[in-house]
Amino acid sequence: MDLGEINPVLLVASLMVAATPLLLAAIGELVVEKAGVLNLGVEGMMIVGAISGFATSVETGSPWLGFLAAAVGGAVLSLLFVLLTQVALANQVASGLALTLFGLGFSALLGQGYVGVKPPSMGEIHIPVISDIPVIGPILFQHDPILYVGIALTAAVWAVLKYTRAGLVLRAVGENHDAAHALGYKVIKIRIMAIMFGGACAGLGGAYISLIRVPQWTEGMTAGVGWIALALVVFASWKPWRALLGAYLFGGITVLQLNLQAAGVAIPVEYLAMSPYIITILVLVILSADKSSAPASLGRIFHASH
Amino acid sequence: MTTPLLSLQGLTKAYPGVVANDQVSFDIGEGEVHALLGENGAGKSTLVKMIYGLVKPDSGTMLLRGQSFTPSEPRAARADGIAMVFQHFSLFDALNVAENIALGMENPPAMGDLASRIREVSETYGLPLDPFRTVGDLSAGERQRVEIIRCLLQDPKLLIMDEPTSVLTPQEVEILFETLNKLRSEGTSILYISHKLEEIRTLCDHATILRLGKNVGECVPSETSARDMAEMMVGSTLQTPERSGREFGDVALDVSGLSVPSPSEFGTALRNVHMTVRKGEVLGIGGVAGNGQDELLGVLSGEIPTAADAIKFAGQPIGKLGPTARRKLGVLTAPEERLGHAAAPDMSLTENALLTGSVREGLENNGFLKWAETQSFAEKIINAFDVRTPGPENAARSLSGGNLQKFVIGREVLQDPDVLVVNQPTWGVDAAAAAAIRQAILDLAAKGTAVVCISQDLDELMEISDSFAALNEGRLSAPRETTGLTVEEIGLMMGGAHGMEVAHV
Repeated sequence: MDLGEINPVLLVASLMVAATPLLLAAIGELVVEKAGVLNLGVEGMMIVGAISGFATSVETGSPWLGFLAAAVGGAVLSLLFVLLTQVALANQVASGLALTLFGLGFSALLGQGYVGVKPPSMGEIHIPVISDIPVIGPILFQHDPILYVGIALTAAVWAVLKYTRAGLVLRAVGENHDAAHALGYKVIKIRIMAIMFGGACAGLGGAYISLIRVPQWTEGMTAGVGWIALALVVFASWKPWRALLGAYLFGGITVLQLNLQAAGVAIPVEYLAMSPYIITILVLVILSADKSSAPASLGRIFHASH
Repeated sequence: MTTPLLSLQGLTKAYPGVVANDQVSFDIGEGEVHALLGENGAGKSTLVKMIYGLVKPDSGTMLLRGQSFTPSEPRAARADGIAMVFQHFSLFDALNVAENIALGMENPPAMGDLASRIREVSETYGLPLDPFRTVGDLSAGERQRVEIIRCLLQDPKLLIMDEPTSVLTPQEVEILFETLNKLRSEGTSILYISHKLEEIRTLCDHATILRLGKNVGECVPSETSARDMAEMMVGSTLQTPERSGREFGDVALDVSGLSVPSPSEFGTALRNVHMTVRKGEVLGIGGVAGNGQDELLGVLSGEIPTAADAIKFAGQPIGKLGPTARRKLGVLTAPEERLGHAAAPDMSLTENALLTGSVREGLENNGFLKWAETQSFAEKIINAFDVRTPGPENAARSLSGGNLQKFVIGREVLQDPDVLVVNQPTWGVDAAAAAAIRQAILDLAAKGTAVVCISQDLDELMEISDSFAALNEGRLSAPRETTGLTVEEIGLMMGGAHGMEVAHV
């Protein structure tokens, strides 16, 4: 084995790429859960976003339009969840699982003509001078734009939840929907918007996999990232920066263990493969030992009966 | 006559199967404290929800200072100067005081300014509050202050208060009344909803009485006796429960040095609780909600296990036994919260009868259920306690609160307990059903059962209990004989005024 083959700069740069789909999906789901809705359909919305984005950018030649289509695709699929849980008042867990199964099947159908096609490349941003700084440049300033969108979105979600009235109302709806209703807030409307935001974010995350990280289309290519995003939201105690930390940790260990496998470290591959999950969960469990708990109305059905 | 602040004319609201309000009309004057009286289900809540814009009336009009007033949503009502303090607090546990208040305002100032305004208003009205404390950590009285200050910050013309005193100690009630009197002197009108008649007689200028959705009379409370008002509410003469002369037997339940942590995050731990209950005695346990009542019930029922010696039944340690083992011995409990704790809402009355009755009534045979016997046990409860339901096959959820409560209490009473622990036996129950439940408890005690009655209704405790103790932050005061106990003494046992001070007018 030769650990010298692992280039730390490349490792850190690629962990950010590996973490971005997870981060995007988790931030979207965080907002949904803060509004008191448990949408287990993240995986389904991601994969539908992946194919919508892939197909659109192949057809139009524009990765930007692809990402736009991915966000719209994820949000449109989340409308199915809205219809089931907010209009028909169906159980959220069952509806979310149905959404994932539907999304996986539907994306396979849409993607039949796209297997083996190569999507147009988005390219990396290159800012003169700072992108060329040794070490820091390749790590921080030589990525695709969507990676920065992910970080900006985390900051924006954090600031909105903490400092704005819109964020306060959203948290209030997730905390006690009956009280929010009694104060005259439109619980269902706020939740629908949150669910669609979550869908759009999951769609972006999916498209990031199919357009940048892998770039190609295969069936089921999100490979469980949506489920990890769901777990990440819980272990991050519904805090945006912790979700970012968790996503980078997970992405980092995933990349590291792949490098270690390639370098032929004398640890069985199975242990290396499970290490990202174990370490991420361990770290976030320790972090979440404080008092913060789930939004009190999470997963409960709201019906304005009185 | 001057134009009233708010005039209701012929308000009607019907829900499927029930007319909640039927042609209700009355006026609220400027600077008047107006009482709205009625039993549960009389339509008080629906009426105030119409004023607050949560419910739209089917017909009828409202005039605010002579102008037509049709709030489409609470926001519109608030903009017109209507504010409301809810009965079940509409607060958000995980948010802090300032955030909670900001949510109830149309155009809240920046958090810093809001915090200083909260301090200012809360001190003016003698209701001190820290704007940055998390609401989940506040006591019931403090939570109510949050609601009141949320309303006061909007300079309301009409303040609606829905049963505000049900969670307060007598001293806290006095302070609240000072605050309300100060508001009245500043020209704010108050619509005060309650079924506590003595309070209304001290505080209110005028009263409207609702029964089955209709306005059945108005009176000036200070000139009307509580009994007359009660009979207007109920529509018939009231039966006061009767107690026969009682003699107490041996000690049935002995609790000593009982300390347990609370199983829930916002709960209260019990600290060194001592009490003894003799056969035939009713021990009333008062206290403001959230001072350890749920934990005490859990410990006595066996839901929370504790040191074996901490609880003794007829000399035998039972602290480690679970609920079923205790039932077998004769220690029975009827918890509060009819839908969820005392009864399974979606199961039938027969099934609910089985859930607690199987041990003592022999409704099981080697794990197989005896449905025929269970059904006749359920029917026995329904007949003996006048539970109004088409039959035992109906789901517990389909019964009205009072009827289900009669069923829950009756289910335990008919199992012939040696010790019966009840929590909030008449919470949310109309006066007639409450009287029946209290009578059943007294009859049981007369037959030699030791009864522990945990309640927040002091009048009820004074009526049925032989001795009284109060829970305050998980500590139980030494029990005292009920006869001769004054309201002041009870208030002090309950922990006094919790840091509130009388408003400086």
